[in-house]
Amino acid sequence: MSASAYEPVIGLEIHVQLKTRTKMFCGCELSFGDPPNTHTCPVCLGLPGALPVLNAKAVHYALMVGMALDCELTPRSIFHRKNYFYPDSPKGYQISQYDIPICGAGRLGDVRIHRAHLEEDAAKLIHLGGTGRIHGASESVVDFNRGGTPLVEIVTEPDVRSAAQAREWLTLLRTTLRQLGVSDVNMDEGSLRCDANVSIRPAGSDVLGTKTELKNMNSFRYLERGVEAEIARQIAIVEAGGEVIQETLHYDPTTRSAGGAPGAISSLRSKEEAHDYRYFPEPDLVPLVLEERMLEAARAELPELPAQRAERYEQELGLSADTARLFAFRSELGDYYELAAAAAGTSAEPQVLANWISGELVARIGDSDPAASKVTPGAIAQLVVLLRGKQIQPGAAKQVLDALVADGGEPEAIVAALGLGAIGGADELAEVVARALESDPAAVEKLRAGNMKAIGPIVGFVMRETKGRADGGEVNRLVREQLGL
Amino acid sequence: MSANDELIELGAAEAAEAVRAGDVKPAELFDAYRERAAADELNAFTWVADAAPVEGPAADAPLGGVPLAVKDLFCTEGVPSQAGSRILAGYRPPYTASVVARLAAAGTPLLGKTNQDEFAMGSSNENSAFGPVRNPWDRERVPGGSSGGSAAAVAAGLAPWALGTDTGGSIRQPAALCGIVGLKPTYGAVSRYGLIAFASSLDQAGPFARDVTDAALLFRHMVGQDELDSTSLAFPEPIALPDGADLTGVRLGVPEELTGEGIESGVREAFSATIALAEQLGASVEACHLPHAPHALSAYYLIAPAEASSNLARYDGVRYGYRAEADDLLTMYLRTRAEGFGAEVKRRIMLGTYALSSGYYDAYYGRAQKVRTKIAEDFRSAFERFDFIVTPTSPTVAFRLGEKTADPLSMYLNDFCTVPMSLAGIPAISIPNGLSDGLPVGFQLAGPAFSENRLLRAAYVLEQALGFDGSQARGGAEG
Repeated sequence: MSASAYEPVIGLEIHVQLKTRTKMFCGCELSFGDPPNTHTCPVCLGLPGALPVLNAKAVHYALMVGMALDCELTPRSIFHRKNYFYPDSPKGYQISQYDIPICGAGRLGDVRIHRAHLEEDAAKLIHLGGTGRIHGASESVVDFNRGGTPLVEIVTEPDVRSAAQAREWLTLLRTTLRQLGVSDVNMDEGSLRCDANVSIRPAGSDVLGTKTELKNMNSFRYLERGVEAEIARQIAIVEAGGEVIQETLHYDPTTRSAGGAPGAISSLRSKEEAHDYRYFPEPDLVPLVLEERMLEAARAELPELPAQRAERYEQELGLSADTARLFAFRSELGDYYELAAAAAGTSAEPQVLANWISGELVARIGDSDPAASKVTPGAIAQLVVLLRGKQIQPGAAKQVLDALVADGGEPEAIVAALGLGAIGGADELAEVVARALESDPAAVEKLRAGNMKAIGPIVGFVMRETKGRADGGEVNRLVREQLGL
Repeated sequence: MSANDELIELGAAEAAEAVRAGDVKPAELFDAYRERAAADELNAFTWVADAAPVEGPAADAPLGGVPLAVKDLFCTEGVPSQAGSRILAGYRPPYTASVVARLAAAGTPLLGKTNQDEFAMGSSNENSAFGPVRNPWDRERVPGGSSGGSAAAVAAGLAPWALGTDTGGSIRQPAALCGIVGLKPTYGAVSRYGLIAFASSLDQAGPFARDVTDAALLFRHMVGQDELDSTSLAFPEPIALPDGADLTGVRLGVPEELTGEGIESGVREAFSATIALAEQLGASVEACHLPHAPHALSAYYLIAPAEASSNLARYDGVRYGYRAEADDLLTMYLRTRAEGFGAEVKRRIMLGTYALSSGYYDAYYGRAQKVRTKIAEDFRSAFERFDFIVTPTSPTVAFRLGEKTADPLSMYLNDFCTVPMSLAGIPAISIPNGLSDGLPVGFQLAGPAFSENRLLRAAYVLEQALGFDGSQARGGAEG
């Protein structure tokens, strides 16, 4: 069977570090990059006799996340202990939520949310000597600064069907969380971490295949590549008559797989070695009971979320679905667009203005924030208004935008300085068209024979001669007129 | 009597009063006890303060500088806090348990740390890494456990009062076996912050004292919500010092399930006599039922070990306490825990790990929790008819050292009468109600949650009428 005969089934598990001032169960401040073990206390070091106290702000943030993901909120959720021995877990257990999480079923975009729950982050192990991974390290040391950082773990249903969709959806989630202001959502620094559960099945089947859990994808690109590589690996196994085994896998983007694809996948542990975490209700905490005032406080702080924003752009402004999603998911573009639209008022078509931002401007500034560029929202709005009034032509407008990106300034002034204003009288343009026809007899012959494609070189000549200031429609009309077509 | 003996014979409340009246200097009082504690022949202490605190108590300190013995599992800053375990040998915490700090602020300086069964697992104090404690009434016998050191120290007059913890009877049973008063408070009444955990949903700190008045005075300064313990609760009223002379209108329920088979005859006789005395004092007494109480021990020995298996996971040799040397992590874990924990602790960790295992959880831990709920309901319905439930505290008097060490089950049966109250989270007090073959017997009263004031009053009235004399144990311990 070919690769397209298989359908990938992907679910994501996302850990989000919350941007609270203090840790999940103690008063130590969160830190990133501070000297090791400078933000610790008896609670987050797991000293004998210390007890956890739930951080109210973490609950507040979790409720905001739950609301943004349209989750059912649990009136009375509880914490469990997840028991395992490892030096990053000073108590020998992690306090997490198990069968009664604070957020139940929800949805974001085209992916259903299974649940979202609160838990504490582990401490950070640093492996000295060797590669920085545990294998080959000479010794390991523990930094407890990170230990106890509040986390929300979001688990999706297996609704994702491709690596690209996984990446796109994670982008939407990140924007949503950033809009909420509950996390730095920085994959490099680990404040957003994503694992993927991947399986394949024959296209059209509704049975789930054996899944593997892919860890360590610490960028959007690596997520997409890692999932792609894992799908390919599973297809190869099945094609060779083998069976996928349930295991936890590590994706290493810095190496190449046997087949030469970027990023090797290696096994961390198989199901036979799977932990029995011996979950049981955490007796040191009381149940988390949601009160109306907590829900009101969370609701009051919800900003407009990407999904709502996309809908507003489509419904109220008539933007295309693609543009609306782009502006909503990349909120910096949406913010910029809204400023430009306000500056243009009713003098610009919303979709045309949007196209100039999403197309021409983005092509020039890449992934950077337009607000940080030299092109002010007012300038791009003015440019589009000039276009609409036919005071400049699209080709000239692109040159103006080049100038704006390079040096900033006002479009009108640039048009004047560079002489890019649209050619006014038909006489002036007629003269240029006449010269164009004269210069290309072959094209003229084809045109006379009815091959209108030959008009391209003529228009090109006119545009070169006028530095893009000519109106393409007018050029067309003049060609037909002068040739008597 | 020497001047020191006279000081020792003052009760704690009387001593506090004498200090406030200017008749006794706090340092003098401290030194009198310090001297006796340092000469301890019962192995009741694992650490004794070198000297009285440089700064005496504040002039208005309600507890007047009367020193306090504290069970080893309370964390005390800079002072060994080892929970009776080799795995914490030499461990000195960087902070002090909330209740110890609260009491120190009220004017009870730390006299010493007392011996105990390892991680509070035991009923004889024979499971201590620091050796068994001897009973001051008979040194060949155990003081009970797990708070055996605190009980023996108070009984022998090595300390005026002491702190213990009770998970399934660890205050009440040693109080009974040593002839003193021990109170297990309502779960949540006293902060657990800084108590080295055994079973978190059951552990509760409480006072040991020579009499009910002293116990009430110490308890008064222990209660209260603590923002560092989410399970702590504000006590709904101040703790009063008990008074009164009769039990008119007090309804006592005698549960058949906890007063029948298995109770030693001497204990049974003392119990009957105390019941008769209560009736003479005006109480009404009726038999009643706690139908699920016979299952309490089974449930307890699943719930407590399950929580313990998790609570004790932190003793892994990585950060503090004992560490066995090894070349790799797993071997270090295995050796550290194999060498650091004693046999009873390992037994319970294994029991608890098993009870929580995937596939067994529902049958063991899950079912035990259901039984626990039933037991709490039994008490709730009993308290609709009765003010207090009364039982013998321990089915036997103090047994000989080594008598039960080979048979864990018979050891566990010692907690038969105390475990149900622990599971229900309700307060219970043990007072001495006589001797059997020259050894103290304990009488237990249990009441609804937060009924400590009423409980202390009833215990006080009985105590006055019983007139138990514990001075023999104090004399016997000296020199």
